[in-house]
Amino acid sequence: MTVQEGLVIASAADAPHPPRARRAQFSLGSWLLPVYTALALIFLLIPIAYTFVFSFNNSLKSNISWRGFTLDNWTNVCNAQDVCAAFGNSILIGVVATVVATALGTAIAIALVRYRFRFRSAISLLLFLPMATPEVVLGAGLASEFLGAGVQKGIGTIIVAHIMFCISFVVVTVKARVSSLDPALEEAGRDLYGSPAQVFWRITFPLLLPGIIAAALLSFALSFDDFIITSFNSGSATTFPKFVYISAARGIPAEANVIASAVFLLAIVLVIGQQVTAASRRKRLTRVG
Amino acid sequence: MATAAFAEAGADLELVGVHKRFPGFTAIEDLSLTIPAGSFFALLGPSGCGKTTTLRLVAGLEEATAGRILIGGKDVTDTKPFQRPVNTVFQSYALFPHMSIIENVAFGLRRRRIADATAKAHEALSLVELDHLATRRPSQLSGGQQQRVALARAIVNRPALLLLDEPLGALDLKLRRQMQLELKSIQEEVGLTFLHVTHDQEEAMTMADTVAVMNKGQIEQLGAPEVLYELPRTAFVANFLGQSNLFTGPVADTTADSISVNIAGSKIVVPRARAKRHSGQVTIGVRPEKLSLHLTAPEKTAETNVLGPGRVIDVSFSGVSSQYIVAVPGLGSIIVFAQNMGAGPMAPEGAETWVSWKVEHGFGLEDEASAAPRFTADDDTATIAVQKKRALMSELEEA
Ligand SMILES: Nc1ncnc2c1ncn2[C@@H]1O[C@H](COP(=O)(O)OP(=O)(O)O)[C@@H](O)[C@H]1O
Ligand SMILES: [Mg+2]
Repeated sequence: MTVQEGLVIASAADAPHPPRARRAQFSLGSWLLPVYTALALIFLLIPIAYTFVFSFNNSLKSNISWRGFTLDNWTNVCNAQDVCAAFGNSILIGVVATVVATALGTAIAIALVRYRFRFRSAISLLLFLPMATPEVVLGAGLASEFLGAGVQKGIGTIIVAHIMFCISFVVVTVKARVSSLDPALEEAGRDLYGSPAQVFWRITFPLLLPGIIAAALLSFALSFDDFIITSFNSGSATTFPKFVYISAARGIPAEANVIASAVFLLAIVLVIGQQVTAASRRKRLTRVG
Repeated sequence: MATAAFAEAGADLELVGVHKRFPGFTAIEDLSLTIPAGSFFALLGPSGCGKTTTLRLVAGLEEATAGRILIGGKDVTDTKPFQRPVNTVFQSYALFPHMSIIENVAFGLRRRRIADATAKAHEALSLVELDHLATRRPSQLSGGQQQRVALARAIVNRPALLLLDEPLGALDLKLRRQMQLELKSIQEEVGLTFLHVTHDQEEAMTMADTVAVMNKGQIEQLGAPEVLYELPRTAFVANFLGQSNLFTGPVADTTADSISVNIAGSKIVVPRARAKRHSGQVTIGVRPEKLSLHLTAPEKTAETNVLGPGRVIDVSFSGVSSQYIVAVPGLGSIIVFAQNMGAGPMAPEGAETWVSWKVEHGFGLEDEASAAPRFTADDDTATIAVQKKRALMSELEEA
């Protein structure tokens, strides 16, 4: 047998194998992965779908069994006792806590990155603590503080509590942005006759803005969502999560499903809108460049 | 405010005994310097010698540990950067990424509330031939274009003093030559004082009226490019600005206008006026292109110095000229540049040769040739920034 013949035989014998093996792997992956993904998604979405569907339920007192379709819950959301008041409280608390926590947290983040001072590392570490501590501990601790200080619990104490844990998240988010900011840009601003305030508002702030917005959205979501710390520090005031929790015992009114669904839809619209504008901006940039 | 109007003309810059100490490191040591108004002044030195620090001190971005800084006769040592009639073209350009090119250029004008900021910014952009890109963002421009925007953004303010920190560093050779010419013509057109920092000796020599060679935070020598080249004062200058052959030996003999030095048994003469030291150990230097190669021992006259015989150990041909390295026993190697007048090299490798030069071409140095380069690590500000970032990262991880 010549060398060439040997090669031909060898390659003829080898040739079918790798494609076949690959096809087998592919077909396994091609059904397993989609099925697995679909199952996971269904599992994730069932509670949301349930909430959404039952927001159209023509319920009486409890909203557990399907009693027919109606739009009444959507058109008269505020019919249910206190649902709207609780929702309004949540929005108010979320907005105030977000504004204060974002402003303070941004200032702290800039200070921590830009300046060298005593206890700088200690402060960095302490700011991580609220994120690492169990919420029950934070909530209970704060509640006993308020008790000790003789502060009347209510919306004010909820806001203070929310600011406390939101600041940590703001600092961590904005800090990353500050450390990636080239100090030469601010120096160029000062060199080009910008006063310290002008340099901050025209250069530093716009460049940090994406981080600040992300931090604010995160703060609002955390605040709107919070139940444990809130319930320790709310006194008689009600927020939306607290309302849902309390009414769960005797049946959640369908109006609560309406508000939950609306919040979910709003969030989806915001995310999609952001994606679309980002994509179109990218397209515009590549066209010009 | 002093900066409320355009500067009519350039201003003098005067540094008096300036020191800059960073924690654990002295970057600038007793720097005194006067740059006359309207001149193109180059600060030349190896990376890490303190050039950027000097510019930052003048711009007010760094505070001097000691000393005074005067611009146009006015002491600005204690003023803030935005109060100084100075603009900088940064080494990294530092264009504002969130603003269009035209807004970048108009930034300084708007801060000073100068009328017609946009029109003036367009004018400045036309000067650097980039007006057609006015609405783009910096990230959509090439490096060379960004560099020109940075230049326009500084020049549009008509500062009395323009600081340029290696602004051509990132450009390729051709664009660099073009920008050098452009910079020079802009400087002549607007008549401002330019303080240009570079580590490229050719750039400094071709562009500047005056060059200061800086080493380890101090100015070694300052003067017109030709003077620096023809009569370097220290071994560092002799080697940083072009190449030099340096020989050290004891003074054998002095006359009213010359000094003789004993070098490996030969007497080498240098004019007294061109020697900084007149006794003890003296280092004599001569540029490679001033040397002649001889295949037979040349006659020693009062006007020439001769060294040799030695052997050619390397010949490299580079078109117009060839570089020969001649090893002379007891002296080390001597570099000779010779024009390629005839066909083929003047001396083949291994040939026995002598070198000679006219006495008037030699120079005597103030210090002695030291074997090791006098500057050490390549620790420039970029390195510092990287180190700082690393320290920060590790701190973050700890936290
Ligand atoms: N912020 C700083 N802290 C400590 N050392 C510095 C700092 N900035 C610069 N240096 C040191 O000063 C020296 C000069 O730096 P620089 O002026 O950037 O040099 P050049 O611009 O000539 O390359 C370098 O050796 C550097 O290590
Ligand atoms: Mg530098």
